[in-house]
Formats: sequence, C-alpha cells, structure tokens
Amino acid sequence: MNFTEYIDLLFTDYTLQTITLGTAVLGALCGMLGSFAVLRKQSLLGDAISHAALPGIALAFLITGSKDSNTLLIGALISGLVGTFWIRGIVKNTHLKSDTALGLILSLFFGFGMLLLTFIQKMPNANQAGLDKYLFGQAATLLTSDVWTMCVIAGLSLLVLLVFWKELKLMLFDADYTKSLGFNIKFLDVLITFFIVVSIVVGLQTVGVVLMSAMLLAPAAAARQWTNSLSVMVGLAAIFGATSGVLGTAISASANNLSTGPVIVLIAAVFVLISFVFSPKRGLLFREIRYWNNRKDLQLNKTLAFMYHIVKTHENIDHPHAIKILNSFQGFTRKSLQKLEDREYITLNKSMWSLTEKGFEKAANLYNQSEENE
Amino acid sequence: MEEKYAITVDDLTVAYNYKPVLWDIDLAIPEGVLMAIVGPNGAGKSTLIKSILGIIKPIAGSVKIFGKPYSKQHKEVAYVPQKGSVDWDFPTTALDVVMMGTYGSLGWIKRPGQKEKKASLEALEKVGMLSFKSRQISQLSGGQQQRIFLARALVQNASIYLMDEPFQGVDATTERAIINILKELRKAGKTLIVVHHDLQTVPEYFDWVTFLNVKKIATGPVKDIFNDGNLTKTYGINYKVSVQE
Repeated sequence: MNFTEYIDLLFTDYTLQTITLGTAVLGALCGMLGSFAVLRKQSLLGDAISHAALPGIALAFLITGSKDSNTLLIGALISGLVGTFWIRGIVKNTHLKSDTALGLILSLFFGFGMLLLTFIQKMPNANQAGLDKYLFGQAATLLTSDVWTMCVIAGLSLLVLLVFWKELKLMLFDADYTKSLGFNIKFLDVLITFFIVVSIVVGLQTVGVVLMSAMLLAPAAAARQWTNSLSVMVGLAAIFGATSGVLGTAISASANNLSTGPVIVLIAAVFVLISFVFSPKRGLLFREIRYWNNRKDLQLNKTLAFMYHIVKTHENIDHPHAIKILNSFQGFTRKSLQKLEDREYITLNKSMWSLTEKGFEKAANLYNQSEENE
Repeated sequence: MEEKYAITVDDLTVAYNYKPVLWDIDLAIPEGVLMAIVGPNGAGKSTLIKSILGIIKPIAGSVKIFGKPYSKQHKEVAYVPQKGSVDWDFPTTALDVVMMGTYGSLGWIKRPGQKEKKASLEALEKVGMLSFKSRQISQLSGGQQQRIFLARALVQNASIYLMDEPFQGVDATTERAIINILKELRKAGKTLIVVHHDLQTVPEYFDWVTFLNVKKIATGPVKDIFNDGNLTKTYGINYKVSVQE
C-alpha cells in the first residue's frame, strides 16, 4: 500500500479510522501529561511505571483467563500504581536516590513480568498468543471500545488539568511554597501521578511497555523548546503527540509490516530533534548563530573601543587619524573597518579614519552597557 | 501585661533519618520584630523555618501562629524560600510568579482576576521590577530572582514573613533595596524572621536575633545578646565580631 492508497483507505476503512483516532488521542493525552512529568523532573518515572505494568497484565490474564484489553489494563494499572508508590516509599524511607529506586523497581517488575509471560507460554491449553504484544505494542489490535476508553481518559485528564491548573502549576514550580499557602500537596501529587500512570497504561496496547515512556517525554521535551508559557507548552505537547500518532500510523500502514509503536516513537523523536536544532530561542542552530554574531560584534567593539581611547584625547570627535596607528593593535582588518563605516560609526578617507558622533556615543556606552544588557 | 507573640515554638524536635536536626527548640517571637536566625551550616535554620510553616513534620513539639496551629493561620504567613530551591528554567514569567502569592487567599480552583493582577503589579513596582514583568524567569539575574520572590511574598499581604537567606547571592544595591523593604514592613507592624549569614550586618539590619545550632543557643534583642560569648557558643570557635558602634 502506498501513501495515496492509505489516504483513500483512511476515508473508507473503519479499522484504519479507529486506529488513527486511537493513536491521535493517545498522543495528545501523553503529550499533555508528559509535560508535567518532564517539568517535575520525573521523566524516568514513566519508564519505570510502564515496565512495572507488565506483571499486572500477565497476572490479570492468569487470574481471569481473559484477554479482553480492559481487564488486562486494569491489572497493568494496579501493578503500575504499586510500582510507583513502591519507588516513592524507597526514596522516602531509605538512603537510596530516586534513580537507583527507579532502576531497581523497573528491572524487578519487568523481570517478574517476563517470567510470567514465559510461564504462560509454556502452559498447556492456554490461549496465550497475543500477550506479548504488550511488549512492543500492536496498534492494529485497537478496537472501538479501546479508543473510547482513551477518549474518556483524555477527557477526564483535560478536565482535571483545567480545574486544578493553578494548583498544579504552583506545585510544579515550588512545592514547598504551595504547602505554605495551605494547599494539600499530597492530594495534588497523587492526582497528577495517578493520571500519568493511567495514561501510560492505556498506551501499552498501542506502543508497548518498552517504548511507552518516549510517548510521554518526547512531545513534552519538544514543546518546551518553543515556548516560555506552561499552557502553550502543554497544548503544543498534545499537538506534537497527536501528530506523531497520526503520522506514525500512516507510515506503518503505508509500508508493509512496520510495527506502529516504534514508528510513532521515531516520529516523536524527529519532533524532538527538529525542536532542539531549530527552535529560535533555545535551539542549537540559533544559539550557534547568536554566538558567532556576538563574537563578530565583540571584534568590532574592540576596534571601536581602541579608536575611542585615541579620539578621547582630542578636542573634536571627527578629527581624522591615520589608519597606520591602528597597526600596533591586532583587532582590526580592512573588512572590520568597512563594517564600522557601514554602521556609520566611523568615516574612512583614504588612509585616515575619524569617529562619527554616533560611533563616539556607541563606544562610550560600551563601558557601561552591562546594566543595559541585563 | 501579657506580651503578644507572633510565633511560639514548644519543644520542637526534627530529625532526618534519625539524626536530629533541631533539638528541643523553645522560641517565643514577639510581634513586630525584625529577627535574624544565625548559625553555622547544618544548624537547622532552614529546617526551623520549614517546621514553622508546616512543610516539615517534626517528630515532637508544636508551633503556634498567634496562638493557633499553622493550618488555620496560613493566610497570616508569607514565605520566601531559598532562591536555589526552585528550577528557574520553569516556563513562566516574572509577573506570573508574583501572582502565585495571591493563590493562598484565592483558595482552591478559583483563578486570579484583575484585582490579583493589580496587586501583583504593585508588588513588582515596590521591588523595582515592574519593567521586567513579562520577562521569562530564567532571563533574570540572581538578584532579580530574589526580588521576584520578595514581591511574591509581599502580595500575600501577611502579618508574618519567613525568609530563607533573602540576601544570598545578591549585589549591594539589591541587598540595600531588600533591607529597606523589610524595615518598612516592620514599621507597618509586621513580624519578620530572616535566615541570615552575614554576621557583620546583624546589628545594623535587625533588632532581634536567634542563635541556632541544632539547639537554641540564645534569643532576644540584638543589643542585649549579640555578643562574642553567644557567637562562640553557636559557631564553636573563638569568635570575635567587631560590632559596629
């Protein structure tokens, strides 16, 4: 199937519509809540939660014998929450730092989950095929009911963010201060953590345990590059996430046998890459350009400052001086003198230069501009 | 006549991982003083402030604000945390941070409106930062960030101000601007408690002082108790401070 066939199919094929809508909603949900995880410096928590969900899926299957995705996801939710609060318990009550606690719980739960999966595979009579799709996700298995679940959760999350926006923002920026103002920080913390866990769990079927944290982090990290406002960041992250979902689905549907989850994650990574290079304020490219411009300006300023010291000793500013006297000073070239003239800081006349009024002022200000630039 | 206390601390003990940080602290801070808390690193100065604010739970003892527990009195208290305690790369503006000072009186869910914005702009003006109101906070210098924190506390319009090293990393101009605001607040009858490091300026800036080093060493008017004896007891070395006349 090529891309045009895909577009045709998108308008006619119900399954493809369901999958596309599902990945879009999932992307938006994860982008939105991922912003909070990133700003709370809990990026790795997402990874730990998704891995911690695996034994829950296996146990839910062992207990109920059902492969219904909602049943399995409830198992995932429970074990994800257990993992999360276990991590917090370790950080709070022991000397271990959070990265150690995260790594420990992640491997422990994932290992246990894999053990259960192989156990299930070896079970006689068990219709186990398909449980391993939760490892890397399989968007093709999304049903209308799954997409409905995603929509309800996305709607609820949006509602919670809107209602508690002020409090959540305050907690993200300054938790101690939030407490001092009389807000119940435990409630806010549990609230946002719960929704982060839920959003990870609903994504497991599509993206899988291993890659899920990228869905949470990539759109948010990309969005942070483009704005200095929290609300814009959350909105942008939702858009980036949804776009990654839609594009990822399109590409994997157009090219045969490409797994959807990894493609979505790669698209999200492209968003991050573009954002880190091309964002005007925080991007690497513009930072490099600003750096070079500053260097060039500094060179010119150095020359200008040297001229200023010579001119200062004379009565009138525009008194001409020989270019030759700049020879003892290394910071000038014909080109830089030309640039200074272009900016009307100096006038050149054969082998003589003189400072203009504007140039004199500029040079005088070089010495007390630190205030101005701050 | 019964003296009115802004803050009373009784038998307060705080420990992190079984190591006591504050040991059996008793403190009665009269209303209307400008008090410094001094002591070496690790003396528990920040912990004391955080315990008063209910941020840290003590293992024993109690704190009262005007005779009542903090949870009932949080509107009476404004807090200026250490500048380094937050991430200044957070996506928000100076005005937005100051507006956060109004959140406490707004309570849950209610959003700040015109009234809160006006109050925040006034607070920004008071600390000389009005022209920076739309500035992304990571683009502010250390002194400017400190002023923003002060403005956020001012907008709370509280009776008691607890400040954790408001002079840390600020230049002389900012230090002077901040101390002038603190003195103004005291004149208006507010109570101010400031964690302070520069012992040389204690007599000039403050009228009340508490020496702290896990235990409370001394507390009282600067002119009575700010002396080499208490300094030596607090800092553990033979301390000589040239008290300015």
